[in-house]
Parts: sequence; structure tokens; C-alpha cells
Amino acid sequence: MSDATIEGAPRATQPKSSLLVADPHTRRRHAAEARFRAYGLGAIVISMVMLVVLLFTILTGGIGAFRQTYLEIPVTLEDAQLDKNGNRDPADLGKVLTLTYGKLLQQSLEKVVADKGIAIADLSAKDLSGLISKEAPARLRDQVLANPDLIGQTITARVLVNGRIDGYYKGRVTMDSALRDANTSPAQLQLADALKAQGMLATKWNWSFLTSPDASDQRPEAAGVGIAILGSLYMMLVVLVLAVPIGVAASIYLEEFAPKNRWTDIIEVNISNLAAVPSIVFGILGLAAFINFGGLPQSAPIVGGLVLTLMTLPTIIIATRAALKAVPPSIRDAALGVGASRMQSVFHHVLPLAMPGILTGTIIGMAQALGETAPLLLIGMVAFVKNFPSAPPEGLFEPASALPVQVYNWTQRADPAFIERASGAIIVLLVFLLCMNVLAILLRRRFERRW
Amino acid sequence: MNDMTLLERSVEQTEIKISAQDVQVWYGEKHAIKDVNVDLLDKTVTAFIGPSGCGKSTFLRCLNRMNDTIESCRVGGRIALDGEDIYDRRVDPVQLRARVGMVFQKPNPFPKSIYDNVAYGPRIHGLARNRAELDEIVEKSLRGAALWNEVKDRLGEPGTGLSGGQQQRLCIARAVATQPEVLLMDEPCSALDPIATSQVEELIDQLRAEFSVVIVTHSMQQAARVSQKTAFFHLGNLVEYGNTDDIFTNPRDPRTESYISGRIG
Ligand SMILES: Nc1ncnc2c1ncn2[C@@H]1O[C@H](COP(=O)(O)OP(=O)(O)OP(=O)(O)O)[C@@H](O)[C@H]1O
Ligand SMILES: [Mg+2]
Repeated sequence: MSDATIEGAPRATQPKSSLLVADPHTRRRHAAEARFRAYGLGAIVISMVMLVVLLFTILTGGIGAFRQTYLEIPVTLEDAQLDKNGNRDPADLGKVLTLTYGKLLQQSLEKVVADKGIAIADLSAKDLSGLISKEAPARLRDQVLANPDLIGQTITARVLVNGRIDGYYKGRVTMDSALRDANTSPAQLQLADALKAQGMLATKWNWSFLTSPDASDQRPEAAGVGIAILGSLYMMLVVLVLAVPIGVAASIYLEEFAPKNRWTDIIEVNISNLAAVPSIVFGILGLAAFINFGGLPQSAPIVGGLVLTLMTLPTIIIATRAALKAVPPSIRDAALGVGASRMQSVFHHVLPLAMPGILTGTIIGMAQALGETAPLLLIGMVAFVKNFPSAPPEGLFEPASALPVQVYNWTQRADPAFIERASGAIIVLLVFLLCMNVLAILLRRRFERRW
Repeated sequence: MNDMTLLERSVEQTEIKISAQDVQVWYGEKHAIKDVNVDLLDKTVTAFIGPSGCGKSTFLRCLNRMNDTIESCRVGGRIALDGEDIYDRRVDPVQLRARVGMVFQKPNPFPKSIYDNVAYGPRIHGLARNRAELDEIVEKSLRGAALWNEVKDRLGEPGTGLSGGQQQRLCIARAVATQPEVLLMDEPCSALDPIATSQVEELIDQLRAEFSVVIVTHSMQQAARVSQKTAFFHLGNLVEYGNTDDIFTNPRDPRTESYISGRIG
């Protein structure tokens, strides 16, 4: 080209610089790039450190909730006390109160202490009986009622010990702190040590944290996240069944079918605004609409699920619309060009391509909903629930708790043992989230075979 | 292909397939097509030529109502396919597009297998009763698009994994597979090498036996080689329309002459 020689001409008059030496302009650009890389790396390092610290504190604080100290002592289930008529009639057995079982346990422990010749100075009767958790008699009673044949036998009962003793073996309680503590004493701790030396007391892995319901303030050792897990699961079920189809259908309509006019603009702005509304506002809405007006029960997963659905919808709609927008228009043209209808072009071609993005948005929305606390407090999910809800669909209308609410609830309680429980619940919550994310990644892989 | 044989071939066909009268197209305020009157013949290849931005694609897209998908686009006038107004409110554009197929400027295969790309049209229009018939249509279409030999061993592979030229031929096969009556092609050879181009041109010549073909092209030689009729567009106007031989050898309008000889464009 003739242009090239004309352009090149003035350059020839300038002194030639070596390619081996970077000129000042290039050096400045390199420095800028190096600085930017350093910032980026710094940001990543800081966030990784934060993450590690977070995980470390939660794991060290919460892993204790999965271990529990138990006492294993022989207990003779005497007929005289548990079944006076001797006919094993469930109605009669049911009349025997937890108090009786408590006494039975106490006598068994006293017997063990006497038999093994454990002698500890200053050991009061209260210290001895206080070693056993207040929850233990109830569990023994449940065990006997489930299997009345045990009456008359001597069984090795697995007895939950007091939270303070449990804390002693997890480093939360020391001899010094026990001295100042009204709920335990050094003598009680010594007794526990002596029993441990006899092999009768041990701290073991504790699945019952995952399966048992919440417990009252005085029984942190018995508290579990069973109902909270179930409640969260039920709510996620409601969100999945409602928010995903409604959200995806709404986005497809808005993106692919709706005319672009003032009304759709207004709808679009409103959806974006809804996504930014604080979640507690949705709680108030849920309280007013579903409980006060709709007459649905308080504390029920269905109401929680509905509130979380409202909260998640904007997130899902925005993500889905973005995913649909990202599909190249040439694909739609191609489908329409061979005579496919709008609907066919969307469902055969656009939607499969948008699927990874839709899934990501959906899972982000659901993860948000899973961790949401504030709106659930307003609809009464913070209530103390002792009975497991039944299977869905009836279970959706029965009172339940939720994992984040359970965490919030436990951190409000006085006994430091509940802090450990709260951290344990957080671990469960994180595992839940992790599972959802893994699911999202797997599904995305499946759809992302972009051909 | 020998230029002379094509040029000598006379236009025997006189039956009108598509008739456009006073067609106007606006993109918002922009008047992109002005008063276009043209009768496209059946079983004939018609070439649209003209400088970039003159409205060739726009007019082409009017013929199967692909412009409906553009929000700002308004079409006026009357376009009739076999005497029926395609912009009548009773016309379903989906049904129209099954009869007036289209190949786009940029190859746009579906992100599916080669087989599924070609089989998609016949499937949604129910053209094949069973798998064997579908296989036959796919093979015939791919052969027609001069692609069969290259892909016959990998029909299950993604269509997007082909080269640009192969993709375009796949798109042609896809359009042919629906067995349209009119095939609109918007610069189908702009991504092809000379060999593939001549194959596609040969294909277009074969297609003429069954369909009427409208092709937009920037190559004068191509227009001269494949078409029997040529329409020259300039700034949204149809300047000249006539037998290809006449347009290239004896243009009536000075604008046509200067475009053909390379002075505008
Ligand atoms: N979607 C659109 N919105 C607004 N204006 C458009 C749109 N598509 C095309 N135009 C305008 O209409 C005019 C004709 O465009 P068209 O694409 O039909 O030209 P063309 O002849 O096909 O050009 P080329 O040879 O470069 O493909 C151009 O001025 C273009 O700017
Ligand atoms: Mg064009």
C-alpha cells in the first residue's frame, strides 16, 4: 500500500531505539500492571485469610457440639417402682412419672459410688444427683416405654451428664471456675474424674445433636438441631416448589414474550426494587398477609417458606433474565428462520443455553433464603418447639424451627454451653449450603456441555 | 463453474412467486426501504446487490417477516406470496417461515449435534414419519449443501465445532431440510472459501429446480454466475431490476453502472 510508506516516512527520521531496552512509556505501563496485579493478589489473600479464620473459629467452637459426655452405669429397672401391678399395661406404665426414673438413676449412681469405694471430700448429695442431666430421666423413661420388657432387668444405661461436667471435658469449665459456680463444684468434677478413671464416663461422638429437638435453658447438653434441620428443609421445599417455577416463568415471559412498553418498564423497576427491600420487611408482610389475613398457623414452615419465596423471587427473576439476555439473538433468529414458533425457539434452544445461569441464580437465591433469620423471627419461628413436625404436607403446617433462627436463639441464652451448640448449628448450616452449592455445580456441569 | 453457460441460460419461468408493492420499512424514524416494487419469479434465482447499508437485508427479512422480531421495525405496502398478502392479520408468521426459509449472513448453527441441526425443522413440522425418513432427509439436505462427505462420520458431534464455512453450509442444509418454497439467503458465501463457494453456487443452481431462491451478495461475479434476475438497491430504493444479463451488460441507470464497475460501494 502506498499509504504505508507515507506514514512510515517521518518515523525514519527519529533516532532508532533498541527493542532490548524498555522505553519510559512501556516501563510506566508495566509498573501500572504490576501494581494492579499486586492489589488483586492482596485482595485475594485478605479474603482467604478471613475465610480461614472464620472457618477455624466456627469449627473449633462448634465441633464440641458433636461430642457429648455420657455416664454408663448399671441400672436395675425394678418392678416395684415402675410397674406395681406387674401386667406391663402401657397405660399403667405411662402413669409412672419422670421423677421416679430420676430417683432410680440417682440410686444407681449412689450405688456405683459406694460399690467402687469412691470417696471424695465435700461431696454433697446435690453434687451427686446434679451430675446427671435433668434430661436423662426422660430419656430413660422413653427407652422403657418403647420396650417394656426391660422392666425387671438390670441394664447398662447411657446417661447424659450435666452440661458443666461435659464442659469440663471440653475445657470450658475448670476447677477454678467451678469454685465460683453455683451449678457445679470442684467435688463434683472430682467425682466425674473418678468415674472416668473407672471407665464409666466418657466423651464420645454425638449424633443426637443432629436428631434431637431443642432443650430448655437448664439442659444445654440435650439441645439439638433436629427440628431446625427439618424446618429449614421444609421451607426450602416450599421455596423450591414455588419460587423456582414462578420466577423462571415470569422471567421467560418478561424477556421473550412481553411487549416492551411503559408497563413492563414499571414492572422491571419494581422487581429490581424488591430485590433491595430489607428481608425483615418481608417478615412483616408475611405476618400481615399469611398469618393475620390468611389465617395460616404461626411458626409453621409453610408461612416461612412463603415469606422466603417472596424474598427469593426477585433474585431468581433477575438472574434468570440476565441468563436469557446472554443467549445470542442469532440462535432465536435461527429457530424462527426454520419456522419454529416463539415458544419452540425459547424452550428448544434459548432455555437450555440459559440453564447454567438460571441454576446459579436459583441456588444463590435459595442459599440466601436458607440463611435468612429476620423475617422468620417475625412470623414466630423463634418459638420453642419440642415436637417434631410430621411428614409433608401436614408437617408444613405444624410448628418448627429453622437453623439460622436456632443459632440466633441459642446465642441469646445465658449458659455458655449454648454458644458451643450455636457454633455447631452454624456448622450444620454451612454443610447445608455446601451441599446446595455442590448440587448447583453438578447440575451446571450437566447443562454446560455447550457443544 | 463456467460463467458462459450460466449467462446464456435464459429465464423461462414467468410465474410470479412473491410480489411486492410499494413496500416501505422504517426503523423507528429511519426510512430504510422506500417504495420498492418487485415481482420475484418462481423457480428462479434472484440476486440482490447494492452498497452496504442500502437495505438489502432489510428487504429480504420482510419477505418472511423476520422483521417482526425487531421492536422498532414497521413495514408498509403489500407483499404477496402466491397472491396472498403475508402481512394480513390472519397470517401466522410461523407458518409463513416454514414456506419461506432463510439462511443468515453469520452462520448460526444451534449448539446441538450436526444431525439435530438439520433434523430440527423436519421434526417440528412433522415432515418425517419415522427415523428412517428423517435420516433420509438429513442425508439429502447435507448432500445438497455439499457437506455430507465431510460430516457423515460425525453426525453426533456439535454443529458449532465445525469451521465457519462448514457451519454456513450446515445452516443451508438446515434451511433446505424444511423443504421451503422460497429460500432467502443473506450473503451465504461471505465466510466461505472459493471451493465451498462454488459448491454452494452449484447447490443454489440445483435448488432452482424446486424453489425460488433470493440471494444477497456483494460479489458481482457471484450474482452474474448464479442468478437469472438481479435487483440493484441504493439508499433504500430499488434502482433497477431485470434479467441478470441485461443488468451486467447493459444497465439502464447510471447508478447501477457505476456500482457494477466499482465506482460506488
Ligand atoms: N435493527 C435495526 N435497527 C435500526 N436500524 C437498522 C437495523 N437494521 C438495519 N438498520 C438500518 O437500515 C439500513 C439498511 O440496513 P441493511 O442491514 O438492510 O443493509 P444491507 O444492505 O444489508 O447492508 P450490508 O450489505 O452491509 O449487509 C441501514 O442504514 C441500517 O443502519
Ligand atoms: Mg446485510
